[in-house]
Amino acid sequence: MSGTLLEVRGLRTVFHFLEGAYPAVDGISFTMRPGEVLGLVGESGSGKSVAGLSLIGLIDPPGEVVEGAVLFKGRDLRTLGEPALRQLRGKEIAMIFQDSLAALNPVLTVSEQMVEAIREHADVPLAAARERVIAALRQVGITSPETRIDQYPHEFSGGMRQRVAIATALLNRPDLIIADEPTTALDVTIQGQILAEMQTLARETGTALIWITHDLGVVSELADRVAVMYAGRIVEIGGIDDVLDRPRHPYTRGLLDSIPAENAPGSRLRQIDGTAPSLAARPVGCAFRLRCQRAEPLCAEREPDVTEGPGGQSWRCHHPIPGGNQP
Amino acid sequence: MTRERPFDPTLVPPLVETPQRRFNVRRIRRRPNMKTALIALLVILAAGLLLPLAAPQNPYDLSTFSVMDNRLAPGERSLDGLTVWLGTDSQGRDMVSAILYGMRVSLLVGLAATSLALSIGVTVGLLAAMFGGRIDALLMRLVDFILGFPSILVALVLLAVIGRGVDKVILAIVVVQWATYARIMRAAAMVERRKEYVEAAENLGYPSWRIMFLHLLPNSIGSVLVVATIYVAHAITLEATLSFLGVGVPVTQPSLGLLVANGFEFLMSGEYWISLFPGLALLVLIFSLNLVGDRLREALDSRRS
Amino acid sequence: MTATPTEAAAIIGLEGLSRDFQRPPVLAERLLALLGRKALPPVLKAVTDVDLAIRRGEVLGLVGESGCGKSTLGRMVSGILPPTRGRVTFDGHAVATLAGRDKLAYVLGVQMIFQDPYASLNPRQKVGDIIAEPLKVHHMAAGRREVVERVDRALAEVGLDPSYKERYPHQFSGGQRQRIGIARAFIVNPRFLVCDEPIAALDVSIQAQVINLFMDLRDRHGLTYLFISHDLSVVRHIADRVAIMYLGRLVEIAPAAELFARPAHPYTRALLAEIPSIKRRRRKFQPVQGELPSPLDPPPGCAFHPRCPFAIDRCRKERPALQPIAANRQSACHLNDQI
Repeated sequence: MSGTLLEVRGLRTVFHFLEGAYPAVDGISFTMRPGEVLGLVGESGSGKSVAGLSLIGLIDPPGEVVEGAVLFKGRDLRTLGEPALRQLRGKEIAMIFQDSLAALNPVLTVSEQMVEAIREHADVPLAAARERVIAALRQVGITSPETRIDQYPHEFSGGMRQRVAIATALLNRPDLIIADEPTTALDVTIQGQILAEMQTLARETGTALIWITHDLGVVSELADRVAVMYAGRIVEIGGIDDVLDRPRHPYTRGLLDSIPAENAPGSRLRQIDGTAPSLAARPVGCAFRLRCQRAEPLCAEREPDVTEGPGGQSWRCHHPIPGGNQP
Repeated sequence: MTRERPFDPTLVPPLVETPQRRFNVRRIRRRPNMKTALIALLVILAAGLLLPLAAPQNPYDLSTFSVMDNRLAPGERSLDGLTVWLGTDSQGRDMVSAILYGMRVSLLVGLAATSLALSIGVTVGLLAAMFGGRIDALLMRLVDFILGFPSILVALVLLAVIGRGVDKVILAIVVVQWATYARIMRAAAMVERRKEYVEAAENLGYPSWRIMFLHLLPNSIGSVLVVATIYVAHAITLEATLSFLGVGVPVTQPSLGLLVANGFEFLMSGEYWISLFPGLALLVLIFSLNLVGDRLREALDSRRS
Repeated sequence: MTATPTEAAAIIGLEGLSRDFQRPPVLAERLLALLGRKALPPVLKAVTDVDLAIRRGEVLGLVGESGCGKSTLGRMVSGILPPTRGRVTFDGHAVATLAGRDKLAYVLGVQMIFQDPYASLNPRQKVGDIIAEPLKVHHMAAGRREVVERVDRALAEVGLDPSYKERYPHQFSGGQRQRIGIARAFIVNPRFLVCDEPIAALDVSIQAQVINLFMDLRDRHGLTYLFISHDLSVVRHIADRVAIMYLGRLVEIAPAAELFARPAHPYTRALLAEIPSIKRRRRKFQPVQGELPSPLDPPPGCAFHPRCPFAIDRCRKERPALQPIAANRQSACHLNDQI
């Protein structure tokens, strides 16, 4: 399949409070091609997790997706009812969550859960489904899958459980996987293993991947493109090399500069002062202006629109970092 | 709970929604205020303690009533011209006065017993959670022992040994109830004990009693207080039962339970008011306490989350 | 970066330090043991035979993954957890033998910063009271006014407004709560801070702020840190020396620059290779294999050998001791012998 796999246009998700509604995701737009890896980067409060959930209709009250289109293989997911969405989830789009223990049913064995995932979407006999599950577990690096398949989630370590979650996501060969911080809680060496497996499997099956994280290093090693979110908006998006080497938005630049490895050991880290705004306390104009070194009076008046740059890189800033700015 | 937010022009205001689209947030019940629940509790307390002053008679003062007025039906007039709205008992005592005074005794016993049991139980629970190990094992075995017996049985046996009297009844109820508080307190305190702020307190060299009462206690008392509000009613019921059985408060200081007992023999002859009205009063008292307890619990829950 | 003190005395010494955990046996297990049957619950060796001297003024980074025992070690240093074997010394004196004023000097002199900013502050206390409490308990201030002054100063030192005294912890963000915790530790004028993953729970941009705060405070007050973290890139930035821990034992100790430039132990090498870096794009992953072994059932010989790409026969049979391999460097690997 060529062309666009996913096109998100002006997606807005709000949370209802007594005094009104505040947007957690405030009009984001991006596209994805088949087999592409997109890193969605942001800190807590940026709306990145809500964005992931919004794509496949997993937002519960008091949250609500109020605007925008999510075109997946041409169909607008927002127009689909819950039954149709449920058909889609697990088959064409799969999701991996951060807390694998919470994502797996503790009273069902792994085989029961994974077999259910297969047979929910296709008429496959039990024995054949089990075989597929064993093969999938072996592929993600779980040893002796034939015996482990009948164990319960709590009998697996954190890293193993996350692998089970990944294997489950890949079972039905989805076109898109949305992974929300799946390795954040894991040790570095285990994270390395899982990233390796994700990469191989994604390449082999041609699955597109949205990797939601706060870790720019992980995104750098895994992704083809990256979108940076702040206060519910995508403030910068582009190819991984473009954004990391030539960031145009001051927040991206600030994030990159504050990474310890990017500063001489022992020196004072270049930090971004202040804290991200909470949902109900979004500054008028550009939400980042209170922490931005490049803020101008215009930034307090109007929210910046999207500026398109070369190579598919775009950003939202009134006073962006000049192009050609080599680190 | 509508909070008035001062308008800050530098912040983006919320999206105001049309009435039809307005999410049914309003349907979320208004969380009861801790203050109103406590005020209700205080009103009940005050009523219980002060109302007897409004009673037409003092049922303990033999000179204020006459046996000639006995078993008057509700609404009749006594010999001194007093309208006995709820009738009189076999001694000629006005039921209204008897009930008001009886309520006071019931409340006194209930609250005193509960507060004492609470103090003991909470301290034991804190000690067990704070020190763990052998102390915990020892105290919890004691708790298990007490909780192994039905409360009525324990109270009966104890009162048979130590005799009748308001103070003895309170003691019996305390012996029965403290163990429950101890167990709940220990469970809640153990959760807090593991948290880093307690470890920080230890690192800073705070003495154990301080950590127990100023750090563990405020953060774990919530669940115990919830139970306590219900247990006040339980204590009153227990006292009423004991008095009804004849081992509770003495005849000279009748509680509602004793009043019900006194009137029992007259139920069959149609003089229902001597038992019924104290019984109803008991019902109302316990019901109000439970209601207040519910409100307190909800208020505490919303604070805790 | 301040020069590594070479002749500086050790402020904290760890000698043969070990800590085991064992679930207390239930009645049935105790009976069986009495009858001669081996039925006691397994012993979890969290920390084994750690020898380490932390010099005055240095920042020692302690790195390892989950289950390696670094938090347990930190708690033994701060005095909360007694060791099973071995001892901790403070200014040369064994901590277990300290009493009276000396004991207090140790208790207050070694403070801890915790990982979880949400659980490390008493939710029912106002921030001002949290920070003032140590002064009150130990009678360290002359009167109300001095208490208020010192609390204000502590708050200012960590970059918080003095008006925050009146607020409760839940009104603050994670980064701010961490600062409050630091202010509380500082008000007793400690000399040594055990920082147990102090920034792991914070957002990336806030991490930078707090790391800077740690460095400023150290420069201003001449403190010594034991900085426990699983994040090697942070440790590389802030530490003078680094110790790597695996399954309860130290496997490598070296000055930071040397450790990162020329790691001697294969586990260190693997950890370094796994640090995500924004310089690497679309990387071909070749991660270290295998799972972290359970501390209840460690592999024989060298604990790392099942996952080590360089393992030889000797590694399966004989556990390598932590030995000096160069000036100021130690490593626990048989392969270092052959250099």
